[in-house]
Amino acid sequence: MRTFLTLLGREVKSFFYSPIAYVVLFFFLVATGFNFYSGVSFLNQSPSEVTVVEAAFNTVLFWFPFVLIFPLITMRTYADEFRMGTIETLSTAPVSDWQIVLSKFFGALTFYILLWAPSFLYFVAFKQITGKEAALAAGAFGGSYLLLLLLGAFYVALGCLASALTNEQINAAVMTFVAIFGFFVTGLLGFILNSPSQAVRDVIAYFSAVEHMADFSRGIIDSRPLVWYVSMTVFVLFLNHQVFQYRKWKA
Amino acid sequence: MIQVVNLTKRYHGFTAVRDISFEVAKGEVVGFLGPNGAGKSTTMRMLTGYLPPTSGHASIAGFDIFEDSIQARRHLGYLPESTPLYHDMRVHEYLRYRASLKGVEPAKIKERVGDVLEMCDLKEKERALIGTLSKGQKQRVGLADALVHDPDLLILDEPTIGLDPNQIRQVRELIKNLANRRTVLISTHILSEVEMMCSRVVIIHRGCIRASDTPENLLQNHRSAGEIRLELHAPPSDAHEHLASLAGVKDVSHKNAGPDSLFQLRTEAESDPTPELLRLAQDRHWDIRGLVRKKPTLEDVFVDITQAD
Repeated sequence: MRTFLTLLGREVKSFFYSPIAYVVLFFFLVATGFNFYSGVSFLNQSPSEVTVVEAAFNTVLFWFPFVLIFPLITMRTYADEFRMGTIETLSTAPVSDWQIVLSKFFGALTFYILLWAPSFLYFVAFKQITGKEAALAAGAFGGSYLLLLLLGAFYVALGCLASALTNEQINAAVMTFVAIFGFFVTGLLGFILNSPSQAVRDVIAYFSAVEHMADFSRGIIDSRPLVWYVSMTVFVLFLNHQVFQYRKWKA
Repeated sequence: MIQVVNLTKRYHGFTAVRDISFEVAKGEVVGFLGPNGAGKSTTMRMLTGYLPPTSGHASIAGFDIFEDSIQARRHLGYLPESTPLYHDMRVHEYLRYRASLKGVEPAKIKERVGDVLEMCDLKEKERALIGTLSKGQKQRVGLADALVHDPDLLILDEPTIGLDPNQIRQVRELIKNLANRRTVLISTHILSEVEMMCSRVVIIHRGCIRASDTPENLLQNHRSAGEIRLELHAPPSDAHEHLASLAGVKDVSHKNAGPDSLFQLRTEAESDPTPELLRLAQDRHWDIRGLVRKKPTLEDVFVDITQAD
C-alpha cells in the first residue's frame, strides 16, 4: 500500500511539474465558468422547467471542453516514460505492474477530480447571491457529480490505454480523442438514425453519455450506466495492464 | 549472489542470449564485456526482472527473478544504460521518491538520501532540476538512485559511457569504493577500467559466454600472448630471417626508419624469446637501438575472442 501511495503521489505531482497542469486548469475553469454563466443567463431569458444544475451540465458548451480535457490529462502517463526510458527504472524497482497501472490511472483521475473541485463553488455562489437552490434536491448534485466521476474514470482509463500504446504524447492524445469521440458519437446515434428498432436503441442507450447526464442531473440514478461505466473502466484497465506488460517485454 | 542457469532470450526470429550460465559470488566485482549487440544489456535486463527470459532460470540472493521478482528486486540496485531519469524533478525529490518506492523506512529516507548525495558528490546539486545537470552529474544521480536502498548487489550497465576522462575517473573511484561490501556486475567498453576494478571478467559474444575468468588468467592464457618491438641497426633481410627462426616467435614484420629498421615480433603464449634475441644480436653484431616488450592487454584478449569468427 505504501508503495502504491508513493507511486500515486508522484503521478499527481508530475502534473504540476510541467506547465500543462496550469494550462489545462486555466482552460477548464474558463470553459466551465462560461458554461455556468450561459446556463444561468439562458434560464434568465425565458421560463424553463430545467434547474440550474441541468442547465450547467447538459449543454454543448459543457460537453465540448469535457471531451477535450482527457487527451491532455492522460497523454503523458506512459508515452513519456517509454520515450525517456524511465519505464525501466520504474519497473525494475520492487513494484508490481498492477501497482504501476493503477497508480497511473488513479493519478490522472485525481487530477481530473481536482479540475472539477472549483465548479462546486459556482453553485455555492449561486445560492449566496440569488438565495435560491440550484437544484430541486441534493440528489441532482450527487447524481451529476457521480456521473462526472464515472465518465471520468472510463475516459481516463481509455486515455491511459492509448498512452501505453505509443512513445509519443501527441499520438496518445489523438488516439484518446478519437476513442472518446467514437463512444460519444455512438451515443448520439439515437438522435441521428431514422427510427431505429428497439434493440438498437437499447444498445445505443448504453453509450449515450448525454442521456445519462440528462437522467443523473435530475437525480435519477440508473444502475445500468453505473454498471456499464464501472465494468468498462475495469475492462480497459485490464487491457492497459496487458498492453503495458507486452510493450515492456518486447523492448 | 547471482545464479544464471541456461538463460535464453529469443526475440522474433533472433536469439539475443543463447543458453548462458554463470554465477557471481558474494563480494565479487564482475566485469561483463562484449561488443555492442552481444547480449549484455539483454542479460542485465533479464536479471533485473525487466525482461522475462524465453527459457532458463536466474536468481538473485536466492530469489527467482521471475517467480519472486519483487523480492529479488529488493536486493538489487540497477543503473540502466543511458541513465533514464525524470528531468522535471529535483535531485533530492527524485531520490526521496525512489527511496520510498524501494521500501526504505520513512524515518530513514532523509538520512539515506543524505548519505548517497554525499557519496556521489551531489550535495551542492540537491536542489537542481535533473534536466539541468551535466551528463556526469546525471550519471551520478543514477548511481545514487541505484544505491539509495543500500542493496547487496549492483548491476551497472555502461556507467561510464559518454563521460569525459575526469568524470570517468570519478565514477570509477566511486564504484571502487562501493565494491568493498557489495557484489557488482558492471558492463563497460573501457577495458583498462575492468583490469583495475574487476576480480573476474565474463566475455559474451553473439549471445554466448566465451570466457569467464580473472583478468590475470585471461591474459596468461591468451593465445597471441605478446609482442616485441625492436629497433635495430642491421641488414634488414638478414635480420628478418634470423628473428623469424627464433623459438617462440610467431611472425615478424619490419619497416625501414632511416638507417635503422623497426621490427615487430608477435610471440607465442608463455614464451619469452628476449634472451635468445639478445644473444643473436651479439653474435651477429647488430646494434640494438631499442627493445620494448609489450605484454598483452585485456583489449587484445577481447579483440581476439570477439573477432574469432
